[in-house]
Amino acid sequence: MDQRVDIDWTSCQGHGLCAELLPEHITLDEWGYPLIDGAPVPARTLKRARRAAADCPVLALKLTAG
Amino acid sequence: MTATHLDLHMPPRLLAPAGTPADLATHEQRYGPLSYGDPAALLTTIAASGLTGRGGAAFPVHRKLTAVVEAARRTGRTPVVVANGAEGEPASRKDRTLLALSPHLVLDGLQVAARAVGAGEAHLAVEEGVSSVASAVAHRGDPVPVQVLRLPKRFLSGQASALAQFVGGAAALPAYQDPPVRERGVRRAPTLVQNVETLAHLALIARYGPDWFRSAGTPGQPGSALCTVHVPGRQPRVIEAPFGTPLHRVVPPHGMSAVLLGGYHGSWIPAAEAAQLSLEATTMGAGVLAALPADRCGLAETARVLRYLALQSAGQCGPCLNGLPRIAAAFQSLATPGPQGSTRTDVSRWSGLVEGRGACHHPDGTVRLVRSALTTFASELDAHARGLCTATDRTPLLPVPQET
Repeated sequence: MDQRVDIDWTSCQGHGLCAELLPEHITLDEWGYPLIDGAPVPARTLKRARRAAADCPVLALKLTAG
Repeated sequence: MTATHLDLHMPPRLLAPAGTPADLATHEQRYGPLSYGDPAALLTTIAASGLTGRGGAAFPVHRKLTAVVEAARRTGRTPVVVANGAEGEPASRKDRTLLALSPHLVLDGLQVAARAVGAGEAHLAVEEGVSSVASAVAHRGDPVPVQVLRLPKRFLSGQASALAQFVGGAAALPAYQDPPVRERGVRRAPTLVQNVETLAHLALIARYGPDWFRSAGTPGQPGSALCTVHVPGRQPRVIEAPFGTPLHRVVPPHGMSAVLLGGYHGSWIPAAEAAQLSLEATTMGAGVLAALPADRCGLAETARVLRYLALQSAGQCGPCLNGLPRIAAAFQSLATPGPQGSTRTDVSRWSGLVEGRGACHHPDGTVRLVRSALTTFASELDAHARGLCTATDRTPLLPVPQET
């Protein structure tokens, strides 16, 4: 099943690390919060996406199925 | 407040007649005994009725029940049911009116829902200040005991994940939900949250069957719904009307410039267009209809509501926390006649930035109101840009609670 990036908005504090680690899927809005492209994460990027999720300082970045 | 029934082709189903609260004896005399059947038969009956949720989202009740049942089977956890009477919307009165007049219909429905999903506990969530329900609960010998919970009077308290948090002992704040509350809610149990009006309909469907339920409304949207109707110069009224009722019979269009359909998370519609519409589950939200007289300024009204909505943000999610106050402040400047600069563009951009980016739908509903106001009051916006407001009466119209 496709994996997509999701944000736990109640946890996200706009550190912005995710946009550096996964720039092809995540950019930052004018307040520093992640904007997600909504596209499935391709297999070749999955490892880096998981790393980005694990590296989020507040664990607000999620990979969800579907 | 008066609870009345317009002459709309049907006798009222939910609200006790003459505005007199129905005690248990009166209730039983009016509706007859409550019969459940077994859970499988109940689910079939509910599916056949086509009942949808009356809390605003119009989600099919049968699908929610089935999701709870399946999650319970999968996880081995006993479901929890919550009757949602936390009517956070300041312009809505239908849930508290229903709870005041026909509490036993709601409590019957709560038992029906508990039976259908095999729940072990049931809760009735009401706003602080609603007093009569506890004694109604105490008069009954319900198979699944009901706890009455009092929620802080806030716009977002009735949001399903906030309610699940509160029942579980935390603050009534929206939470990130994946999986959804119906699969993992109160203390991780599959949790059915249904609006109190939905449960009242359920109590009648269990008694009289799906064909009776479908004898009101349209084939696509069966049944009736409670609406809170705001017409200038009159107290807000709670009425019961079948789906498909022409809107002009509920809100007379004479002398009106627009109608707010669906409350503060709903849409402004020009009066001429509203007169062509009918009552639809998908557009009426939780049933608030408010008429804007032609001598009032829709922009000023929207700005007041937006300020309230921005203050009601739980402040948990960055885009909502940053975007709503900016949108509200920008809209206030649009509501004031004078040069607008880039304000309209700013409002549109910020609306795009908050939409779909929160734990709950507060930003989405707020943006719906903003966009509909920009469209419906477009010519008034142009007048304001030229330094002119066409309204002659600037008295506030829509109810917004005092800031505390």
